[in-house]
Formats: sequence, C-alpha cells, structure tokens
Amino acid sequence: MSSLYQAVILDHSKHPRNCGLIDHPTHHGESKNPTCGDSLSLDLLIQDDLISEVYFHGHGCAISQAAASLLSEVIKGKPVETALALGPDDILSLLGVELSPNRLKCALLSLETLKKTLASDSENKV
Amino acid sequence: MIDIRSQFPILTARPGLVYLDSAATSLTPTSVIDAISSYYGTLSSNVGRGLYATAEETTSHFEAVREQTAKFLGADADEIVFTRNTTESINLLASVLEDRIHEGDNIVVTALEHHSNFLPWKRLAGRRGAELRIVPFGEDGSLDLQQARGYIDSRTKVFAFSAISNVLGATNPVAELIRVAKETNPNILTVVDAAQAAGHSHIDVREWNCDFLAFSGHKCFGPTGIGVLYGKEAILSTLPPYQVGGGMVQDASAEETAYKDSPHRFEAGTPDIAAVFGLGAALDFVEEVGIDAIHGYESTLATKAVALLHETFGNDIQVFGPTSTRQSGIVSFTLDGIHPHDIAHILGEHDICVRAGEHCAAPLHRILSLPATARATFSIYNTEEDVQAFIEGLKTAVNLFRT
Repeated sequence: MSSLYQAVILDHSKHPRNCGLIDHPTHHGESKNPTCGDSLSLDLLIQDDLISEVYFHGHGCAISQAAASLLSEVIKGKPVETALALGPDDILSLLGVELSPNRLKCALLSLETLKKTLASDSENKV
Repeated sequence: MIDIRSQFPILTARPGLVYLDSAATSLTPTSVIDAISSYYGTLSSNVGRGLYATAEETTSHFEAVREQTAKFLGADADEIVFTRNTTESINLLASVLEDRIHEGDNIVVTALEHHSNFLPWKRLAGRRGAELRIVPFGEDGSLDLQQARGYIDSRTKVFAFSAISNVLGATNPVAELIRVAKETNPNILTVVDAAQAAGHSHIDVREWNCDFLAFSGHKCFGPTGIGVLYGKEAILSTLPPYQVGGGMVQDASAEETAYKDSPHRFEAGTPDIAAVFGLGAALDFVEEVGIDAIHGYESTLATKAVALLHETFGNDIQVFGPTSTRQSGIVSFTLDGIHPHDIAHILGEHDICVRAGEHCAAPLHRILSLPATARATFSIYNTEEDVQAFIEGLKTAVNLFRT
C-alpha cells in the first residue's frame, strides 16, 4: 500500500520551512479548517509587488503543515502575480500524493490562507 | 458467548478489517439486514390505513416494534416516538417545548454534550430570551451531583445531559442527577441523551425517572434512519405537534384540525418503515446477547486497551476520561507529536478504523484546550487481536513521525 506519508511530507511537517512570525508584515491572514481543528496564519512582506518574506505559523496535521511549508518555499522571492496564479493542482503536485476529499481541505488550507491574505490587501495590511 | 463475529457479514466481506468507530455507528448484524430486506421483499406497504393483508401486517409489525422499544426502555408503547435519529429527537423536543420557555428562564446542559444535545437547547434559549447554563464535568469525565445542583434553580425549565459521553466514555449517575434536579425544582423537565448508552448499557426510564430520553438505532446495531424519543405520557400528551401533515391528524378542514394523540401526533409523514423493522431486529440482538454481557465485554476490552496504551507509549500518550477501569467501550486519546488526524489516517492505511477530530463535541474540546482527539471504540464484535492491531498501528505511526 502506498502511504500518504511520503518522505517529502514527513520532512516538511517535522521540519517546517519559513515557520514563525514577521515583526512588521505588510500582509497578514488567518484560516481555520473546522473539520480538523487546523489553524494557520500567514505573514507576508511585499515590496514592489515582490514577496520578499513569507512566514506561516499554526498547528494542524502533517498534511496541512507540510503543504504550508512547501508553499512558502515556492512563493518566497516571487512576484505577487505568480502567487495569485497558483491553484490546488500545484499544491498537490508539491505534495506528490493523491488525497481524499477530507484531506484535500488540510492540503489546501495554506493556499486558501494565501489567497485571502493577498485579496484582502487593504483590510489586512498591518 | 454466542459466536458474535459471524453475525456481522462485513467482517467476512472485509477480512482484516479492525473496526473501532462504533461510537459513530455500529456494524450491522445479518438479522437486521434481513429484517430490512424482508420488509421490502415481502410487505412493501405503508403503515396506518391500508385494509389489505400486507398493509395490515406492516402496521402490526411496526407497532410491535414500538412495544418492543418501550419494553427495552422500561416504558409504555404510547411513550415511544419514532424519529430519524437522536439529533431529530432532541430537535423535536426543543421545538415543541418552545412555548414553555420564557424570558428569565434557564436551560441547563453540560460541557460534555454532543452538539445534538447542546445546539438545540442553545438555540431555544436564544430564541426565548432564556439563559443557557453549562455544568462542567469532573476530572474523571463524569458529572458531579452537587455541582449540577448548583446550576439548577426555580427558573430552570430543562436539564439535558448525556448518559455516557461520546468522547470521554464516562458513565453519568443518571438516576441521581435526576433526583437532585427534581429535589431542587420539581417542575424541571429532564432529558437524557442515551445515544451512546442504548444497546451498550442498562437503561430504565422508570428507574431513572427521566421525562425524556433519546437514542439512535444505528449506534445500537440497528440501521440508520431510525431514532427514538421517549417521553412520559403525562407530558408528551400535552405537547403540540412538531411537523404537520399525513398520518398525524384525526380530522382536518379549513376551519379546524384535530390531531391524533401522542405518539402518532409527532410522526407526520411516511416513516422509515424498513428501519423500524431493522430496529426491532437490533433490539432482539441486544436481548439475545444480553445488555450486561455487552456492557461488561466492551468495558473490559476498553480497559485492556487503555492499560496497553499506557504500557506501550508511557508519557507520550494522554487518555481522557476514567483513569483505570473504563465504563464503556469509548477511549479518546492524543499522542505527543502526532496530530490525531495523522493517527487516524495512518491507522486507516492499515484498515484500522478510528475517528479523529472533535467528535461533534466542540465545547468539550475547548475546555480541554485540544484542537482534536483520536477516538477508538471497542464493541461487542471486537477482539483482543483488534486491540493488538490497534497498538501495532499506533507504533507504526510513532515510528513514522519519530525517525
């Protein structure tokens, strides 16, 4: 049986990259997954439409944490436009596994948080 | 004991299945499946009015199951209302009690409750300007009599609590809680959520002296789609209808409507007849095995599992509810460093079915400051091999995350 818990997911969930807070983020957003009790907050530092810093923190299952870690690596140093263009399939290919509808919510929590953070620009600006 | 496992066809159809999620829904014995099938295969008629043989037989069997359910609870047949499930039973009750709740009254529930015995009361209190009071639970996960007494006063209209917590697995002193509540306020209406107790632990509504009690068929070896609301006849007969429509009126015209007496007054529309037949077979199964034997077996297996969890995982495991001897088959726990969803997923990859999350009891998890727990339930068809597989599965999860 192929396990969901592949090396990439275990590595990123045990040693999450870009995990923490930014002192003065330009953008901040939070999301919760009520089915799991996963929660995630995202801090971004955006300068000249470029995501120069990205930090997330929260708690949740290995899938939600690994997805957030992987996503943070992808968007760091990239234009906002690139981050906005990311979709669910990009997250799944980063994770490299197939997910049931229930676990899909865990995997996509970080993407949802990112979209929310970028979209509600003025409201969440710190 | 009678050979239990051979009566559950899913255990043959899926060899290797370790089903430990019976607090969510129990597995179904052949006799229940046959009862459902026999309704559709040999009767397939509506209840109530038909004057031909199959309709009469359907009605008489349907009402016989009502009698059987009454006997199962220690009640009379006219005190048994068929619903879809525990949730609907409690919503029905909260809805028909609405006129009795006024501003300044209060409704008392507990911090242990499943959402189905929490939200209907919260909403009712909100709608009527009443106060919702929440009795906390003790360290062992059960309710304390003196503490409960402190929450009840002359303005308390309803006291609703569960016989067994669906998360902590602790058994509450139901009869004593009701005695204390009625001593404090003789007019209080007491409601027992028996979803986890029915079919797994002794119930006697007369002995308990509860005014209402609710349970679901599918958690006590019956089918989904059937629930029960018990209500004392003297109270039930004074309450207004819930839904209106077919099957619950004596007569109706543009000017007047004469409703049937309870319990039929509360059963508008064609019920899930097959599920009622299935419930009858499930209650037969419970009687055949014996309620004390079921309760003893499930509690003993859970107690063994908890001892093994502590022995295997030491300080890394936290088990909630009664400390040593378990009072039901329900065991909720967390393992350090592994999210409950990952535990459930990894066990699931080995065909071991446990649940992770809040188990529809968010207030309880808020109090314990936990986002989620994992829950294993040990039922009559589980074995010591299942307990062993469960422990081995957890070891796999630990190894995956610790290496």
